[in-house]
Amino acid sequence: MELIGKTKIDFMAKSKYAIVFSSAVILLGLFSIVQIALGHANLGIDFAGGTSVQIKFSQSPPLKDIRSALSDSGLKDFDLQDLPTENKVIIRVKKSEATLGGFSDKIISTLTGKFADNMPVVDSTTQIGPKVGSKLRKDALVAILFSIIGILTYVAFRFQFRFGVGATVATFHDVLGVLGIFYLMNKEIDLIIVSALLMIAGYSLTDTVVVFDRIRENMRRRSQRDINEVVNASINEVLSRTVIVSLTTLLSALALLIFGGEVIHNFALAIVLGVLIGTYSSVFVASPIVIRWGGKKLTGK
Amino acid sequence: MKKNVLGRFILIAVLASIAAAAFFIPISPIGDSMPDWWKKNIGITLGLDLQGGLHLVYEVDGDGAVQIITERTADVLKEALAEKGLSVDIKTEGLLIKVDPTSPEVTGAISKDYPNLELTADGAYRIKEADAKYIRDSAPDQVIERIRNRIDKLGVREPNIVRQGKNQVLIQLPGIKDPERAKDIIGKPGLLEFKIADDEAPVAAELPQQIVPDAESQVLEEFKDKIPAGDEIRFIVVKDKNTHEVVAKQPILLKSKVELRGDLLTDASVQIDQRFNEPYVALRFNPTGAKIFEKVTAANTQKRMAIVLDGTVHSAPVIREKIAGGSAQISGQFSLEEAKDLALVLRQALPAPTRLLQNVTVGASLGHDSIVAGEKAGIIGLILVVAFMIIYYKIAGLIADFALVLNILLLLGMMALVGATLTLPGVAGVILAIGMAVDSNVLMFERMREELRAGKTPKAAVDSGYDKAFWTIFDSHVTTLITAVVLFQFGTGPIKGFAVTLSFGVAINLFTALIGTKTIFDFINSRAEVKRLSI
Repeated sequence: MELIGKTKIDFMAKSKYAIVFSSAVILLGLFSIVQIALGHANLGIDFAGGTSVQIKFSQSPPLKDIRSALSDSGLKDFDLQDLPTENKVIIRVKKSEATLGGFSDKIISTLTGKFADNMPVVDSTTQIGPKVGSKLRKDALVAILFSIIGILTYVAFRFQFRFGVGATVATFHDVLGVLGIFYLMNKEIDLIIVSALLMIAGYSLTDTVVVFDRIRENMRRRSQRDINEVVNASINEVLSRTVIVSLTTLLSALALLIFGGEVIHNFALAIVLGVLIGTYSSVFVASPIVIRWGGKKLTGK
Repeated sequence: MKKNVLGRFILIAVLASIAAAAFFIPISPIGDSMPDWWKKNIGITLGLDLQGGLHLVYEVDGDGAVQIITERTADVLKEALAEKGLSVDIKTEGLLIKVDPTSPEVTGAISKDYPNLELTADGAYRIKEADAKYIRDSAPDQVIERIRNRIDKLGVREPNIVRQGKNQVLIQLPGIKDPERAKDIIGKPGLLEFKIADDEAPVAAELPQQIVPDAESQVLEEFKDKIPAGDEIRFIVVKDKNTHEVVAKQPILLKSKVELRGDLLTDASVQIDQRFNEPYVALRFNPTGAKIFEKVTAANTQKRMAIVLDGTVHSAPVIREKIAGGSAQISGQFSLEEAKDLALVLRQALPAPTRLLQNVTVGASLGHDSIVAGEKAGIIGLILVVAFMIIYYKIAGLIADFALVLNILLLLGMMALVGATLTLPGVAGVILAIGMAVDSNVLMFERMREELRAGKTPKAAVDSGYDKAFWTIFDSHVTTLITAVVLFQFGTGPIKGFAVTLSFGVAINLFTALIGTKTIFDFINSRAEVKRLSI
C-alpha cells in the first residue's frame, strides 16, 4: 500500500505565505509567554500555588461523589486527595479560585448539603506554594537555553550553521505555537502541558533533522543545481515518511484524546496540535530558513 | 554474516530478558521473595494519582536557620580574624556572636568585611534583622530544595513537594514501601559536628563502659551534677557487625564546643574499606574547613575526636597526628545502604531544623475510571498503530511491530531498573512513544522502497536502504538525545525526570531500529534467496 507516491510539489514557492503565518504563530507564542510571566494566563496549581482545605468527615464518602458534588456547585480545576486513615479529604484549588472569598465556607456548605450524614467540618485551610517554584523555573530556563546551544552546535557540526538555526527556530516555532493556542483557548497550563511541550520539541526536532538529512545528501550529489530545487526535491522525497510518521503518532495521540479521559485530555490535545504544527514547520519553517540564511551557496559537508 | 546475526539475536534476547525481569518480577508474586536491595530499587511505582502514598508535613524552624547561619558566620569570622593576626575569642550564644576583646581593630575589621552583622547594645554581634528575616522566609524553600535532592536524584520518583502556609513543607511520596526509611532520609537534619572528648576530666573514668541501647536517660540523670561546665555526655552507637543493628551504646564525655561543622564540607561519598570490606563515608572539607581541621587535630593529638551526626556519635577515633589536606572519614559498622543514606543526608544537610507534624497515608487522587480510560486509550492506540503498520508495510510492518513491542518492553524495563514512578500522564507519554517509535522503521522502509523502485534486488535494497537511513536516524536521534541530556544536567525535579524517560526512549528507539529490525531482515536474507520483498 502506498498513500503518497512520487510528488513534485513546489513547497518553497509557497514559503512566503508560510513566513507570514509562522511569524504570526511565533508572535502569538511570545505574547502568551509574556502573559504567563505577568500572571495573566490560566496557570495551573503547579505553577501558581493555591489553597488547600482539609475536610474532616465522620466517615469519608467516595472521592468520586465529592468530585461530582463540587463540580456541580461550579468549582473548577480542583484536586482531590483522601487521607483514608484520618477520614480527611484534601481539596486543593489554585489561587484565582480561592481568592473569590469565603472559599472554605462555600465548600463546606456544598458538602454539608450532600453528605450531612458524614458530618463534614473544615479541619484546616492553608496556602500552598507552587510545585514549580522560582528555583525550578530558573533551572528550567537555563536548561532550555543550554539545549538551544546544544542543538545549534550539533546540527552546525553535522550539517552547517544555518541548518542549526533552522532546526532551533522550527522547534521553538512549534512549542510556541501550541502554547499560544492553549493560551487563546484559555486552557489550564500545568506541568503535564509542559511535558507535552517538551515532547513536541523532541518530535519536531526529529522531523526537521530528517528533512535536513535528505537536503544534505542531495546537496552532495547535485551541487550544481539551485538550492530551491534541491530543497524542494528533498522535501518531496521524504514526504511520504513525514506523513506516515505524523499519522502513526496522531493515531496514538487521538486514541488518548478520545478515550483517555479528562485527565490526559489536554495533554493529548497539545500533542495532536504539536504533531500538526511540527509537520508543517519542518517543511515550511526550517527549510526556508536554511535557504534564506546562507544565500545560494551550496557546499555540503 | 550468519554468526553475526546469531550474536545480535542473543544480545536482543539478553536485553529483553533483563527488561522483562525488571518490569514483571516486582508486579508478580515472586517479587516478595526477592532480596532487599532489589525490592528497594527495582520496579515501577505507580504515581500519587494512581495509588497514593505517604503524606508528610514538616514544620521548618526559621530561627533555627538563622542560628545555623550565625554559627557558620562565627566560624568563618574566627578564621578570618586569625588570618589578620588578631587573637580574638569568639563564641556564639543563640543568635548572638560574642567577640572578645572588642578592640577598635577587631570591630573595624568586622564592620568592614561583614556588613550583614550589626553590633547590639550589649556589645555582641548578630545578623541584621533584614537579613535574618530573609533567611527565615526562605528557609522552607531551601529545605524543599534539599529534600528534593535527597529523595529524587534522577527526578523520576514524581513526589509532590510544596511549601504550605508560612513555615511548613508538604511532601507526598508515591507508593512508599518502607515509611521508616522514607522518614530517615527526608527528615534527618544532617547536622555534622566534630567535638573533642574530655577524657582527662575525672568523671570521664566513672562513666560506664557500655550500656544497653535504651538506658541513656538513666546515665544522663546519674551524672547530671558531675559534668564539668562546658562539657556534655553523648553516646557512641555500637552495632552488630553483621546485622548492623544497634546492640549497645558507650557514653563519652565531650567538650560542648563545636570544633568544626558539616557546612564546611564540599563532598561526602561512600567508600569501601579494603581491609575489612566495610563501607565508610569519606568527607572532604573546603579550604576553610581543611584549615580548621588541621589546626584542631594539631592541638588535640592523642585525644579522641567525636564525629557527631544529628546528636549521635558514630565514632570517636584517637587523633594520632595533625591531619592536613581536608579529608576525614566516618566509620561505624554501616551497612552499604546506611552509608549511602548518611552520605546523601550529609551532602544535602538541611539549612534549618524541622519537625514532623503529620505522617499519614494518602489515597489515589484519580478515580478508578481515569485509570481504566488510560488503559483503554493505550490499548486502542497500540492496536491502531500495529494494524496500520501491517496494512501499509505488510511483512515489513510486522517486523516493525515486533520492534515496537521490544521498544515498549525495553522502555518499561529501563524505567523499572531506575525505580521510576509512572503517573497517568506518564502512561500517556509511553503510549505516545508507541506512535513515535515506528519512526525509524518507517524511515528505513521508505528508503528500501525507493531502492526497490530504482531496480535493486531485495537484499541490496534492504542493505542500502538501511545504510542510507542509518545516518538520518542517527542524527535525528542524537539531536533529541542532546536536548534530553542538557535538560537532565540543568533541570531539576520533574524536568529532570522527563529528561530521563526521554533519553531512555530515544536510546532504546535507536537500538531497536538499528539492531532489532536489521537483525530480522538479515536473518530472513541469510536463510533464503528472497525474491520479493513484502514491504
